[in-house]
Amino acid sequence: MLEAGAPPRRARFTDARIEMAHGAGGKASRRLVEGLIAPAFANPALAPLADAATFLIGGARVATTADGYVVKPLRFPGGSIGELAVNGTINDLAVSGARPAAMMASFILEAGLASEALRAEVEAMARAAERAGVPIVGGDTKVVEHGMCDGMYVTTFGVGVVDERLVLDPRTVRPGDRVLITGPIGDHGITILLARGELDLEADLRSDTRPLWPFVEALLATCAPRLRWMRDPTRGGVATALNELARDCGLGIALREDDVPLRREVRGACEVLGLDPLHIANEGQLLAIVAPDDAVAALDALRSVSGGEDARIIGEVTAEHPATVVGVNGYGGTRAIDMLVGDPLPRIC
Amino acid sequence: MTNGMKYVDEFRDPALIDRVATEIRRVVDPQRHYRIMEVCGGHTHSIYRHGLRDVLPHNVELVHGPGCPVCVLPTGRVDDGLAIADHPEVVLTCFGDMMRVPGTRGTPLERKAQGADIRMVYSPLDALKLAQDDPSRHVCFFAIGFETTAPSTALTILRARELGLDNFSVFCNHVTIVPAMRAILDSPDMRLDGFVGPGHVSTIIGCRPYEFVARRYRKPVAVAGFEPLDLLEGILMVLRQLAAGEAKVENQYRRIVPWEGNVPALRALATVFELRPYFEWRGLGFISQSALKIRDAFARYDAEARFAVPGVRVTDPRAAQCGEILKGVLKPPQCKLFGRECNPEHPVGALMVSSEGACAAYYRYARVEEAAGA
Amino acid sequence: MCLAIPGQVIAFADDPTFAKVDVAGVRRTVNVGLLENEGVDIGDWVLIHVGFALSKVGEAEAHDQLRLLTALGEATLAMEEVAGYTFAPDVEGRG
Repeated sequence: MLEAGAPPRRARFTDARIEMAHGAGGKASRRLVEGLIAPAFANPALAPLADAATFLIGGARVATTADGYVVKPLRFPGGSIGELAVNGTINDLAVSGARPAAMMASFILEAGLASEALRAEVEAMARAAERAGVPIVGGDTKVVEHGMCDGMYVTTFGVGVVDERLVLDPRTVRPGDRVLITGPIGDHGITILLARGELDLEADLRSDTRPLWPFVEALLATCAPRLRWMRDPTRGGVATALNELARDCGLGIALREDDVPLRREVRGACEVLGLDPLHIANEGQLLAIVAPDDAVAALDALRSVSGGEDARIIGEVTAEHPATVVGVNGYGGTRAIDMLVGDPLPRIC
Repeated sequence: MTNGMKYVDEFRDPALIDRVATEIRRVVDPQRHYRIMEVCGGHTHSIYRHGLRDVLPHNVELVHGPGCPVCVLPTGRVDDGLAIADHPEVVLTCFGDMMRVPGTRGTPLERKAQGADIRMVYSPLDALKLAQDDPSRHVCFFAIGFETTAPSTALTILRARELGLDNFSVFCNHVTIVPAMRAILDSPDMRLDGFVGPGHVSTIIGCRPYEFVARRYRKPVAVAGFEPLDLLEGILMVLRQLAAGEAKVENQYRRIVPWEGNVPALRALATVFELRPYFEWRGLGFISQSALKIRDAFARYDAEARFAVPGVRVTDPRAAQCGEILKGVLKPPQCKLFGRECNPEHPVGALMVSSEGACAAYYRYARVEEAAGA
Repeated sequence: MCLAIPGQVIAFADDPTFAKVDVAGVRRTVNVGLLENEGVDIGDWVLIHVGFALSKVGEAEAHDQLRLLTALGEATLAMEEVAGYTFAPDVEGRG
């Protein structure tokens, strides 16, 4: 089964059909990408399968990313599909250490969509782009028949230049490194779930969608050359992101469960629904791995950014239990924390 | 950031957990190996989720019982439910756990991906509402669960009748816990010292039904709650009885469980359901008087009366050891398929996908030891 | 499915068989028909499972249990302390 220290096995994709789980951001998504898509395109820039691809163009290390948005409903407390699309692409570049330079947007619209709905999204995107200081420089629009794409789907593409001081690579991670997060987890996923109105649940929650570049900038100023790894834990949650890191670096991660920031309402909703907050999507949080000596300064840097007041150190990298994420609770009880399996919350982003 | 939950956090207090763990260590006889069965799958899940094995002495072994209603449902019954979903007018509704349980021709989720109208609900009342909202469809609720859940199904059927609905039915697979406990106690493979009794089932049936365990089989029973402190106190109660040579039923979960049970719930059960002469349980075989059937008076709401189901008995794959694990004879990692052919993404048996399945609990939470090479 | 969680009753619906229950700030409508014998009031805590309240949470029993567990081991500790004094040399005329 899990062999201590063994290199990750190449995934094989043998599923006869595509299912919702393949889009959930967990194990099935990983198998689809690693087993079917990546091998077909195989090339060095693709190989790391990180949030953004980086490669050299004329001496500059360029990062580029693409993200599709199929969230349902289109509008929800704290944001909308357009805002997610803009922030999401900015964040994929940011966690790759690249200041976002420009974006493009592709729209697939359903015939019958109210123009006002489209206008609202386009305006939300414009506001989000302006807030982040990233121009939307082009894109594409297509229309499909009524019944074919649930209102609208948006895909955004972004490009930036990676900060020269950075070597973001799982292979630089060492035992003793600390795991940091910018704020409470699970807000986005639970907000979407409640906004669907299919469950008889109400709570005062908003999506946490926001651009993460200010946080990355703060970390770069503090510890750029020694910053090991960053990720924005979207689909699949913190658990999936950390499992991917553990797998990629071959080390263990010990998470102090009581230290993970979590709003009361998210906790309550998860308890009622039998969900684990660590598997719920976030759209405005940053996970970072820093060297032990940088941990306090990095935490202060994150907290000094507006909206970073709840940043915490939530765990550390360890030589024990290789390639496994383990949760430790207040009385020393431990449990393995796995990647997301299945798709408890479909079309979350 | 405060995110406290009352009546939950107090029972996760590290200082109190430490006290109970210390007392447990004081009470156990170091020369003795204790085997205590937690009957309920929810307890198994909680033990692993909260890392309780890290605070128990090594000579206290927790044996996982068959109290997982999804796990004990034979594959043939899953097929029967999916056969009902094949009717074009039917919307089949079930709890999230059921969606990934393998039938002979796929899981409900896979059938849904192929076009069957199968939807997840969190309550039978959600299914009832669907029926009210769309009279053109027939909504069938795939009911599973022990006595914890059966009263909810009963009340839902009573409500359906009050509303005069004709497009709602229940495919009833409710089972009762006592016959399963008796089957375990009568099993020749079993050597158990005591039981942690199912806390939520007991909110309905009370504590009396377990008295036969103490009187006839001379084993202690502590009906326990689900938070770490509850489970540890329940285990402590059993150990103290064993140390004193006693065998009786105790109620650890006093803040929730009434000794006499819930009378309106029991009344609703008696009104709507009767016991099937026998029912097949995965791992335990046919057990008499162990499952509920909807009474003829409510036949209009009985999916088995309104739809023909294949009723085919399907045996588990030979290599799968679901039955032994359900009886507590084997631990999940001892099944040859565990973690290999059988994993949460591609389960061979329901124990790997149910939130109360022992294999799922192990796979999700307990792999720390394997990873550490222990 | 044993998943059940405590919540506080904050309001009743027009049909008193249904109550709005708060679990850590998340509000859900729950059927309280199984508690008709005991009666349920606003402010009561109930155990909810698949949209139904199965039982009321006894505040007194909860406090009792926690109090007993807090005292756990203290009697033993006290006895062990005394036992220690019994065999200790009588230096200051104590014990």
